[in-house]
Amino acid sequence: MMRLQKTEISLVVAALVLGLSPLISPDWLVFTSTLAVAAALVVMGVVMLMRAGLISFGQGLFYCTGGYAVGLGGRFLGVTDALALVGMGILATVVLAMVLGLLLTRYREIFFAMLTLAFSMILYGVLVKSHGLGSTDGFSVVNWTILGYQPDQGHQSATGLWLAIVLALAAALFLNRYFQSSIGLACEAIRENEVRVEYMGISRRQVLYINYVIAAALGSIGGSLTALTAGHVDPTMAYWTISGEFVFIALLGGTGHVAAPFVAAFIFILVRTYAVELFPNSWQLILGIVLLLIILFLPKGIWSLFTRTRRAEA
Amino acid sequence: MLTIWAILIDGLIYASWLFLVAAGLTVIYGVMRILNMAHGSLYALGAYASASSIGWYYASGGDQLWIAFALLASCAIVIGAIAGFIMERGILRLMYGRDEVLMLIVTFALLLILEDLMKLAWGTTPYFAYQPYAALGRFNFGVLSVSGYQIMVVGVSVVVGAVLWFWLERTRTGKILRSIIHDREVSEAMGVNVRRMFTMTFVIGASLGAIAGGVTAPIISVVPGIGVEVIVVAFAVVVTGGLGSITGAAIGALIVGLARAASIHTMPQLELFIIYAVMASVLIFRPNGLFGQATARKI
Repeated sequence: MMRLQKTEISLVVAALVLGLSPLISPDWLVFTSTLAVAAALVVMGVVMLMRAGLISFGQGLFYCTGGYAVGLGGRFLGVTDALALVGMGILATVVLAMVLGLLLTRYREIFFAMLTLAFSMILYGVLVKSHGLGSTDGFSVVNWTILGYQPDQGHQSATGLWLAIVLALAAALFLNRYFQSSIGLACEAIRENEVRVEYMGISRRQVLYINYVIAAALGSIGGSLTALTAGHVDPTMAYWTISGEFVFIALLGGTGHVAAPFVAAFIFILVRTYAVELFPNSWQLILGIVLLLIILFLPKGIWSLFTRTRRAEA
Repeated sequence: MLTIWAILIDGLIYASWLFLVAAGLTVIYGVMRILNMAHGSLYALGAYASASSIGWYYASGGDQLWIAFALLASCAIVIGAIAGFIMERGILRLMYGRDEVLMLIVTFALLLILEDLMKLAWGTTPYFAYQPYAALGRFNFGVLSVSGYQIMVVGVSVVVGAVLWFWLERTRTGKILRSIIHDREVSEAMGVNVRRMFTMTFVIGASLGAIAGGVTAPIISVVPGIGVEVIVVAFAVVVTGGLGSITGAAIGALIVGLARAASIHTMPQLELFIIYAVMASVLIFRPNGLFGQATARKI
């Protein structure tokens, strides 16, 4: 039996607190929180790749696959169970990522970034041209159930949040162990110097491949949750600027801790909710300036603010 | 037979447009190793500048075609050069020496900033500058009809390509730039002012993007978001040919242009897909593009 780590206990506590929030917080906040948790799941995948030194400008591909799996599963297969829909998304995404991974693990740096971007744009192009699926408008997701329970109108958003929290907690606990596992550590070694990693007898392609597929699966869960919460999917989920937002959130949080993507995603989604309303034409401007400031002054993300003060105290 | 001619002509026209858009991107990458994601925004900036200046010229009663073209070119070049100068001196300079991938994110931030600055400056209503397009009329090749303006774009593209090639291969500055590409530190030791060369390269690359936008403005309606769409296509072209190579960009533009034209005339639903499919299939067999050079790995 493995001992529970401090991080794991704090993650469970944070999940419980967030899970209780629908009792007191208004409906729109519950909705926003669910979107933030879903985005954080995708960002965790981006962070996994970043730890291996790869930046993906195409995580929207898996985000969109997850979302469309939910939409299509409900529409054509008559599946309404949320867990089954999420599972179908993961299955479809893993198959897709296992094929793409064979090619993409050969590339690094900007080639990786731009190839991932290109693949997500291919999906975007295909979806825009499929008129049966509503083209650029997308289509609505069915009213979902969970384990036979049909949440009535008032409880749907809270149920969605709980589902998101459970999945995100599982993912965060897994990643926390994963980052300390031999394969997680090998990813960081590859970022530093991949030729030496090969000298030590580790196959870098195998490591990157597994890392890539897991990151894709996380992206898919995020997309499925977004689709279930928003009740709608459309091709912009695969558009490359959406992937750019995920990279932004990942840099905002930094790669230092599994909780960082969640903190960053909450800040991002909350700020966006207000900024889009207050300054509809300068929201991206703010985003860009903040991004530059982070790169210049907080290269390890906002999480480094916490660790820095703690180290100063010690 | 008719379809083949149509594919060839459309493909050539699209390819020359692609080359115009991609040339600045590849010049900047070749010398500075920065993949400029904001290139599309410079394109949009050029389009806005020339569309609004031409609109103003015709609205204030002008009807001389050559003045309209002079305005189009000069406004695009000037605004591209100014924006490029500010971007390089103001922001990129602070980031030199960092990861190539990080520079990608920096230019992504610049893209976000420029997109909104353009919305603030020009609003969200579309701009039209159709007059130069209409003035050049149409030409008939048998049953196919091609607009004179499109033929002019082919000409502009050929001229830009030739000038760039001459500049890089036959002039002193070009030789210095090639020495920087080859070995930056040694060139610096030989007395090359690398920083100034970088500024110059970026300004030229940025103006090339703006020219592409300015030339395109009469064909399209200039609206927010045109730059974001262009950058991905331009990247596909540049990578197909090999990043940083002018010849590569030209060949890449031809391949992608013809492939897209072929798809439009035979299977229109694959139009968007085909560009990236070409790029992916080239990269599977030649990871550095057709004319790219493999770089040594660090040990």
